[in-house]
Amino acid sequence: MAESSSSPQPILTLRGISKQFGAVQALTDIELDVHPGEVVALVGDNGAGKSTLVKVLAGVHQPTGGAIEFMGQPVVLDSPGKALELGIATVFQDLALCENLDVVANLFLGHELSPWNLDEVQMEVQAWTLLRELSARIPSVREPIASLSGGQRQTVAIARSLLLDPRIIMLDEPTAALGVAQTAEVLNLIERVRDRGLGVILISHNMEDVRAVADRIVVLRLGRNNGVFTAEDSNSDLIAAITGATENAVSRRQARKLEEVDR
Amino acid sequence: MSDPKSQTALDRSDSRVRHDEGIPGAIRGFIDRVRSGDLGMLPVIVGLVLIATVFWSLNPVFLAPNNLANLLFDAAAVGCISLGIVCVLILGEIDLSVGSMSGLASAVLGVIWVKTGLPVPLAILVALGAGAFMGLVYATLLNRFGMPSFVSTLAGLLAMLGLQLYLLGSTGSINLPYASIMVRFGQIYVMPTWFSYLLAVLPGALMLWLGLDRMRRRAAVNLSNPGGLSVLLAKAGLLTLFLLFAVYYLNQGRGIPWMFGLFVLLVVAMNYGLTRTQWGRAMFAVGGNREAARRSGINVHRIRMSAFMLCSTLAALGGMLAASRLASSSQQAGTGDVNLNAIAAAVIGGTSLFGGRGSAWSALLGVIVIQAISNGLTLLNLSSSLRYMITGGVLAIAVIVDSLARQSRASHGRA
Repeated sequence: MAESSSSPQPILTLRGISKQFGAVQALTDIELDVHPGEVVALVGDNGAGKSTLVKVLAGVHQPTGGAIEFMGQPVVLDSPGKALELGIATVFQDLALCENLDVVANLFLGHELSPWNLDEVQMEVQAWTLLRELSARIPSVREPIASLSGGQRQTVAIARSLLLDPRIIMLDEPTAALGVAQTAEVLNLIERVRDRGLGVILISHNMEDVRAVADRIVVLRLGRNNGVFTAEDSNSDLIAAITGATENAVSRRQARKLEEVDR
Repeated sequence: MSDPKSQTALDRSDSRVRHDEGIPGAIRGFIDRVRSGDLGMLPVIVGLVLIATVFWSLNPVFLAPNNLANLLFDAAAVGCISLGIVCVLILGEIDLSVGSMSGLASAVLGVIWVKTGLPVPLAILVALGAGAFMGLVYATLLNRFGMPSFVSTLAGLLAMLGLQLYLLGSTGSINLPYASIMVRFGQIYVMPTWFSYLLAVLPGALMLWLGLDRMRRRAAVNLSNPGGLSVLLAKAGLLTLFLLFAVYYLNQGRGIPWMFGLFVLLVVAMNYGLTRTQWGRAMFAVGGNREAARRSGINVHRIRMSAFMLCSTLAALGGMLAASRLASSSQQAGTGDVNLNAIAAAVIGGTSLFGGRGSAWSALLGVIVIQAISNGLTLLNLSSSLRYMITGGVLAIAVIVDSLARQSRASHGRA
């Protein structure tokens, strides 16, 4: 287990966060700290509550219990607008883009320049500049999102989260739809964002990606904290924490493979 | 720009994209768009040519300047209602009670103005206020209780029809005084000739001026100008020529009604709101993907409220224009085909029933098509029974075209 980062004050602190959907207890007493310039990976099996936690932090769902502190101040994230205002930017797993609008409109949605006489030219310039910084390959920013591929949409979603100069950025499965080069590009991007002093919460099923960039790996299991690891910890410990047992599908499979090799 | 290597424009760095240049490029782009289901104004133009040919061959009076001027008088009222419908359709909602709303507004106008003798402006304000209130009710029912708008507005249709009959009560209909400004506005007032020519030149000039300004600003920040000067000049020139001809032709007869001018002014204002403001962007975002809009920090409830209130208020205005056109507030006002005409006009003009697509112009273009059909059938002395059937058929065709275009857009990756 790793001790928490050296920085004095965390950007975001969760204390005892719980969330119930009817009879289902999706999150129970979740504790989490994110410091400036730190990448925290959130891992767990399907249904561990990762995406629910992200939605709570994004203001999409309201927690049924617990407290959230942002920059040391207790906050209530009662709407997505509130979370964005504070500087919590989110890239959702389902991307949440409007397919009927073009790339520029999606990037600036809800935060257009000069609201009473939209400055399309300036928005287009900023869009190109930002997409270039991300080494994005978008053919045209004036085509509707519907005409883009999955990876291109992912890039647009990430670019949008960075547009508002957030303090902390949450990425829910950012590399799931990406090719090899784009995945590396996103990991580079995460490191660049971290170096700028932002906090990053990364959710991924890909342990390789997680180990590559995460300072701490927080494991969730069945909606509860199940240990904190670093990239140096062994894979079997991590998988045991994720699946909840040293004896699990992954270890059994590895054991079987070893036997086959021995034979 | 800061990068010395990039001599190409900022938006031209991807070699995979074909960039259409000049007038041939603009035409090729247009054909591509139509093929992929982005029909734009094409159905309207085809429809109008078809309608004009058929009715003109059956009765040449159809294209006479005076008949066209009458058509514009009639178009303004339904056009206003249709403009409101565009707002709710963009959100992917519907308001089926606009006909009743317009009827109720005309009854309110008649009762307050003629029966109780209060000043006209007060009557107009009360009617508009009633419209805004009904929109607020629909939006609240949707926001608070998740009541689908087609159910709540269907309930509103019946309730407001009842209120209209109750207000008109024993008399059944109220005649509005012929000499009043209100009725003369709806029946007689046309623009002075010089003013109508000025208005014909204005859009082209404005298009040229704004276009040049846009080109200059884009060039200043190293963005390309698709089409360039030639396309801009061609567009502005064609528009001006068309408008000059239309104004010249209409001025051979009665001229251009002020009432139609008011409607066009509303369309232009709505178009600005929808395309050039944050509110308009939010409207399309909510219509395209409500959850995505919400997560971007857009207040979905407030956007819905604005759309429903605009829709009902414009319906109330349309009802009063219709009353001034007919010089009466009757129990029949707003009943019959008014509802469907307004919705059909918006859809024919290119606003999708599925939300997220549309423009203020669709109300203007669509209502001219609908009024042309209605006017032509009246000229042929056909009974309203046949008119209803034909209008129903036209609405069905418009919705089929909308659905097919939508499927085609989906398969061509255009949302």
